[in-house]
Amino acid sequence: MTTLFGIFLLTLLMITGMAIVHTRNLFVAVMLMGIASLLIAASFFLLDAADVALTEAAIGAGISTVLFLGALALTSERERKRRRSLSTSSLLQFGIVGVVALIVIWATFDQPRLGSPSAPVQAHLTPWYIESTRDLIDIPNAVTAVLASFRGYDTLGEVVVVFTAGVGVLFLLGTGASSRAAGAPLSEDNAGLRHYLIPRILGRLLIPFILLLGFYVQFHGEYGPGGGFQAGAIIAASVILYALLEGEQRALSVIPQGVLLAMMAGGTLLFGAVGVAGIVLGSNFLDYSVLSEDPVNGQHWGILLIEMGIGITVAGVLISIFHAFAARATA
Amino acid sequence: MMDIAIDIASWVLLALGGVNLLIGGIGVLRMPDLYTRMHAASLTDSMGAILVILGIMLQAGLSLATVKLGVILVFLLLTSPTAANALAASALLAGVTPRTGQSLHLSDSEARE
Amino acid sequence: MDILGLYHYWIFAVLLMTGFFAIVAKPNLVKKLIGLSLFQSAVFLCYITMGKIEGGTAPIMGEGAELFSSPLPQVLILTAIVVSISTTALGLGLVLRIKDEYGSIEEDEIQGQDQP
Repeated sequence: MTTLFGIFLLTLLMITGMAIVHTRNLFVAVMLMGIASLLIAASFFLLDAADVALTEAAIGAGISTVLFLGALALTSERERKRRRSLSTSSLLQFGIVGVVALIVIWATFDQPRLGSPSAPVQAHLTPWYIESTRDLIDIPNAVTAVLASFRGYDTLGEVVVVFTAGVGVLFLLGTGASSRAAGAPLSEDNAGLRHYLIPRILGRLLIPFILLLGFYVQFHGEYGPGGGFQAGAIIAASVILYALLEGEQRALSVIPQGVLLAMMAGGTLLFGAVGVAGIVLGSNFLDYSVLSEDPVNGQHWGILLIEMGIGITVAGVLISIFHAFAARATA
Repeated sequence: MMDIAIDIASWVLLALGGVNLLIGGIGVLRMPDLYTRMHAASLTDSMGAILVILGIMLQAGLSLATVKLGVILVFLLLTSPTAANALAASALLAGVTPRTGQSLHLSDSEARE
Repeated sequence: MDILGLYHYWIFAVLLMTGFFAIVAKPNLVKKLIGLSLFQSAVFLCYITMGKIEGGTAPIMGEGAELFSSPLPQVLILTAIVVSISTTALGLGLVLRIKDEYGSIEEDEIQGQDQP
């Protein structure tokens, strides 16, 4: 039954994907992207990846849609019409794409079937990770254990990539601080949805709950699905929602640009500092066992701290990126 | 005996929810313009979702899952009318006029002429 | 059943190439980025599919569950999703700057302006 449902979802996903590429209206394409993200998140959940489903739903369907819409507002909503002619180059493109797709499908026949217990993925590292999570770290969520402790280097790298991307966007678009005078009255454009009473009031009602969910996901990540990446995205989503409802200025007065920059850098630094603390206390980089008398307890402390670092960085970067786009739209 | 009664009740609710979802889906495809389509889609949000969640709540019994489902239900009931309101308001602002009278019975291309 | 076990990978292949087609064939830069997102989603799907084990549950050790799907691909994809949104945002930032400089986001028009 679950298999059947998964196949149904994936078929819908394929149709959505083709519709995204086919449509000339970019607005429609972005909306369809949101639908595709939700479909893929549901598929992830069916494939036992609760953490990933949570991340994809928060980021793919939520924040990415907002960013694309912001970019569309500044460029154009439609692709330019081109002459409909089957030139050799378009035939070549179709040909290459088709042939590569067939090759990939042909190659899948050598793949282990879905859920096969003898697949190479299940054979070597997976049992070790699951056993060691029980013995060395003693938290229920193996995903958090692998993410924060066993593969801490990887995660540090990813956090730095997120931080760098955020800095890159700010370099390209500016922080928007210089373009507007402090305390200037709200113009029509950046007043958000102030005219729309019902979405505004209900949105304000929901924002505390979204924030609460964000913090729950952050601090409950060791026991259930969750962790810094998801929590950062959810908290960023609540701030972005506030900015959309109340106007960007208000959101900036709640969390000023300086605080956002400090969050971006501070979270990454916190992660690195925990790693260095391991060296100082006489062990290896990112080895949390020495952070406390009891090695297991030390692991708990380390995971808690670096998850906080991740959450702070991700939230800071996503909110800053949104503000950079929004400042352009209203400038 | 009690178990069977609860099971039957929950399946009846789930089936009714499914029927409502199906009707809503058909309505979205068949209705002539945006506003009537939203009217059809609201059936999936309201009756469909409520009945399905109530059905699952009966399956879950008295547990934490039921509380979570209740919370989901409350949030759905708050957000879906708001989203519908925002959608209709922005459609009206963008100049989509509701079709009335004769134009309802014309196909899309005829109405535009 | 044996063949259905590969369905996820076929969808991966089709989705991958759909995204790739948007990247190579569409001149609009935003459309290219949408295609890139689709491409990335396909890769995510491939990884998560590999980690699934028949009869397993999500790798969160509660009572009663003995068999878990592999946490490793999930960790890799979890971080990759957040990185993908950051890089997409960077790409969109570049597109906005290009729009400022050239007044267009269509690839052929931009190249036409670059040729003297």
